[in-house]
Amino acid sequence: MTPPPADAAVLSTGSTRALLAGEGHRGGTLPGWAPWAAFAGALAVCGLLEAALGWFTIALMLVFGAPVAILAIYAWSRPVEGARRAKDRAVTMAIVAAFGVSMAPLISLLYEVIKRGVAGISWEFFTSDARGVVGGGGAAHAIVGTLVITACAAAISVPIGIMAAIYMNEYGRGPLRRALTFFVDVMTGIPSIVAGLFAYALFELFFGPGIRMGIMGSIALSVLMIPIVIRAAEEVLKIVPQHLREASYALGTPKWKTIVKVVLPTAFAGLVTGVMIATARIIGETAPLLVTTGVVDSLNANPFQGRMQNLAVYAYNEYRSPGVMKQASYDRAWAAALTLIAIVMILNVIARLVYRRYKTEIR
Amino acid sequence: MSSSKWLAVFAAACVLVLGLAACGGGDSTSSETASASESESESGGGAPSAEVSGEIAGAGSTAQQASQEAWIAEFENANGGATISYDGVGSGGGREQFISGGVAFAGSDTPLSESEGELAKAIKRCEPGELVEVPNYISPIAIVYNLPGVEELKLEPETLAEIFNQEIENWNDPKIAKENPGVELPETRIVPVNRSDESGTTENFTDYLSKVAPKVWTHEVSGDWPVKGGEAASGTSGVIEAVSSGEGAIGYADASQAGELGKALIKVGKTWAEPSAEAAAKVLDLSKEDPELEKGQKNVIAFEIDRKTEASGVYPIILVSSMIGCTKYKSADEAALVKAYFEYAISAEGQELAAEAAGSAPLSAELTKKVEAAVGAIE
Amino acid sequence: MAHFDTTTNAGQLLAAASGGRRRRGDRIFSNISVVAAVTILALLVGVAVFLVTEGFPAFTAASSELPDHESFLSYVAPLAFGTVLAGVLAMVIAVPLAVAVALFITHIAPPRLAMLLGFFVDLLAAIPSIIYGLWGIFVLGPAAVPAMKWLEEKLGFIPIFEGPASITGRTMLVVGMVLAVMILPIISAVAREVFSQTPRKLQEGAQALGATRWEMIRTTVLPFGRSSVVSGAMLGLGRALGETMAVAIILSVSGGVTFNLIGQANPSTIAANIALNFPESSGLAINALIATGLVLFAITLATNFLARLIIARAEVK
Repeated sequence: MTPPPADAAVLSTGSTRALLAGEGHRGGTLPGWAPWAAFAGALAVCGLLEAALGWFTIALMLVFGAPVAILAIYAWSRPVEGARRAKDRAVTMAIVAAFGVSMAPLISLLYEVIKRGVAGISWEFFTSDARGVVGGGGAAHAIVGTLVITACAAAISVPIGIMAAIYMNEYGRGPLRRALTFFVDVMTGIPSIVAGLFAYALFELFFGPGIRMGIMGSIALSVLMIPIVIRAAEEVLKIVPQHLREASYALGTPKWKTIVKVVLPTAFAGLVTGVMIATARIIGETAPLLVTTGVVDSLNANPFQGRMQNLAVYAYNEYRSPGVMKQASYDRAWAAALTLIAIVMILNVIARLVYRRYKTEIR
Repeated sequence: MSSSKWLAVFAAACVLVLGLAACGGGDSTSSETASASESESESGGGAPSAEVSGEIAGAGSTAQQASQEAWIAEFENANGGATISYDGVGSGGGREQFISGGVAFAGSDTPLSESEGELAKAIKRCEPGELVEVPNYISPIAIVYNLPGVEELKLEPETLAEIFNQEIENWNDPKIAKENPGVELPETRIVPVNRSDESGTTENFTDYLSKVAPKVWTHEVSGDWPVKGGEAASGTSGVIEAVSSGEGAIGYADASQAGELGKALIKVGKTWAEPSAEAAAKVLDLSKEDPELEKGQKNVIAFEIDRKTEASGVYPIILVSSMIGCTKYKSADEAALVKAYFEYAISAEGQELAAEAAGSAPLSAELTKKVEAAVGAIE
Repeated sequence: MAHFDTTTNAGQLLAAASGGRRRRGDRIFSNISVVAAVTILALLVGVAVFLVTEGFPAFTAASSELPDHESFLSYVAPLAFGTVLAGVLAMVIAVPLAVAVALFITHIAPPRLAMLLGFFVDLLAAIPSIIYGLWGIFVLGPAAVPAMKWLEEKLGFIPIFEGPASITGRTMLVVGMVLAVMILPIISAVAREVFSQTPRKLQEGAQALGATRWEMIRTTVLPFGRSSVVSGAMLGLGRALGETMAVAIILSVSGGVTFNLIGQANPSTIAANIALNFPESSGLAINALIATGLVLFAITLATNFLARLIIARAEVK
């Protein structure tokens, strides 16, 4: 992910000048509401046309409306503002439209999860486990399990990941560094279920068959988490200004102290963000936990002893084997999904706060 | 390596261990506190004799999962010191874990058989004790369909097989119309929905089709759906979801999950049978035990399900799932716990609970007696 | 990274000059980092060894013992095809959109809104895949049914929309869209990060020369961010190729190799196939499933290798 050397971009700026030589500016400008008008007009026209043909749906109207709007703004702007401004307007509109298209499913997803999840949320959901309750109970055991398993996975992955990133960025050279760069990429592609089977096979070697522990899940998740941590950490270490390091060396500070006292604090905020994103990414894994931590309906907070439930597996089970009271089960599945998103969101907010707190102090 | 290098390695190891300790050390809330408070609460389930305690794990069939969860809940209510877990990893996974000694008991949608030597391996696993395998969960498989306006649909086995074999492609096909006089069948494309994951439900359903319509259904009986090109969905929930969302779809799924969907009546002998608990439980009373699957083991009860029965009031498309255990375990406590749990699961009370929670068909009185004898052999 | 190396040397020289204790500290610290690096490689080797030993029996087994009584190659080929198809589809949809989202956030939206949107996109990058799966079957699938019917009727002459259209919406097209929605935030988060770091002076220079916003973006931002966008896309592709639960829940898997994206018969993907068939498998069938995992590993390796190559070439230019 090395940005190309600045010269390349400077060269391209040269081509900007060439562009300028091409054509002049005609001077006119469209009113500020022009893009909106073009968009609304295009939608209306498409909607009417479709209605006339009998195809009308909102999705189709948007699908045809967007390109028509782009063409419309181009055709409108060109005679007034010239070809270059017209193109700029068209592209801007295309980008905004693409942004809208991308956000729609994501908003729909959040909306559905909240709408369906709220039904299953209750005080009991957070405070009691499902021990001794037929077809119901709370999910406290799953919430605790998720937190413990994820915390352990983070405790394993973060030191290893950050140290490896430090190696790659500060020390590494030669074949080991290159191998690491490449294989970290490869690691991001390990299917999650394979990570789970691997962790199970590893523990089976030492503890015999049928072993189920929370920590096994953490190991499996670490396999998935480490490459993400490294990637994130590498990026932020890379952008620590070189002159900070040099200043520290000039004071005679040894390299390791420079890293610990200068480089890491400077990158701290970014590191926290990266770790949080990695954590959030693994917190909802289902497949690897299904084969490593097992399923249980009682609260267990000790990762080295016995089975542990977690939210993702809980949601999956409630969806898969709902029993007779189907809707109640689905409600719990969505509630678990909502809880997961809430946990992820809280982590994200914490990361942002940390980022803000430290950003201003150092830069 | 120089000493300082070793030192560095040691330091790195310490960091890791510390990290692990930090995450695991402090919080050792165990299930004891939770169970102690609940052991007082009486809710009527559980072993008839003294309370048992300890921890055992089972694994296997996902079809059984809802009922296992219910049994576990009530059993734990009655036996505060006991913790039982059941991983719905699938029948194959359950059998494998049982054979390797990973779990104390397994739930399986198909009895242990000689294929891949599983039966022999399971017998060996239980030595010096003996293998116990008893049916504990019977569930009718409903043929669910989504055809607005069609309240009742009757299907002959042959027609059913042709539909799922994609030979009949439209709902207003004369073969379907012939069996449903007076019903206005729409001209909609039939979309048969099957399971995309390997499953005991599929195996039982294809077994039924191959027995009752051998001319049409020439595929091998297997947990993997043999016909390509149909609509496929994962798990019972997936099939139900697919059938509900697609007009003209027909699928097979656990009857308890059918919900609002129409359930087809199937011709058995001269009558039209409906998937119901009683009709399903009766099938096993009419079926013979299969000596090949029992292999002379006196505590193994495995049936060759009589799919071709013509008796009235019987519904032969059923899933029979078994619990697998041993008569002897490493410790007497473990054996006592397994025994108590098995006894509870097959008791009238346990079966009633499963019927309520999972919609299964309670074992008939006759079968219960047989099964009780086998479970009683656990020491 | 040549400039890092020179300063490394300078740092070491200085450190060396200032006495033994500091050098030992340095050595310990650098050794810890090497240990971390080696741990990761060891972990990866462990995974690889696990895959090879567990998968190997399937390569040599007689075809009669394998699932469907096919040779391993003909067993895995449709799965590999499905995996690649789903991945390509997701990329085709997600990459342009992700770049547009990143550009919108960094260069078009007002700064205050941009920060909020950035937060929002990061949040979406972290939504668990099972939730995408549930959303796919309960919301997107049913919603896509009429659209796919329309595609079949109006654009049926294009082979990918040949139909007959699925009535439940569990098609490859929907899976591609769900995967695209899943990886879009990842790619755009990476792209956003680099786009926002495009040197100010270049952008201002371009604008001072009278370039329109688009010309400025085209001549400075995009060239600057190109390699990182490829990197981010690979990160997304990795997740799309390896996605297990969402695909397993959504896709109607019942066909061999087909390019028809809207039908009910779709090829499975490797990861989804493992999840669907692992529970009920035993013996050699498990070996076969793990061997398919090895194939997926190889596919990921190949795509990453390709990506590195592309980035390297782009940098040389």
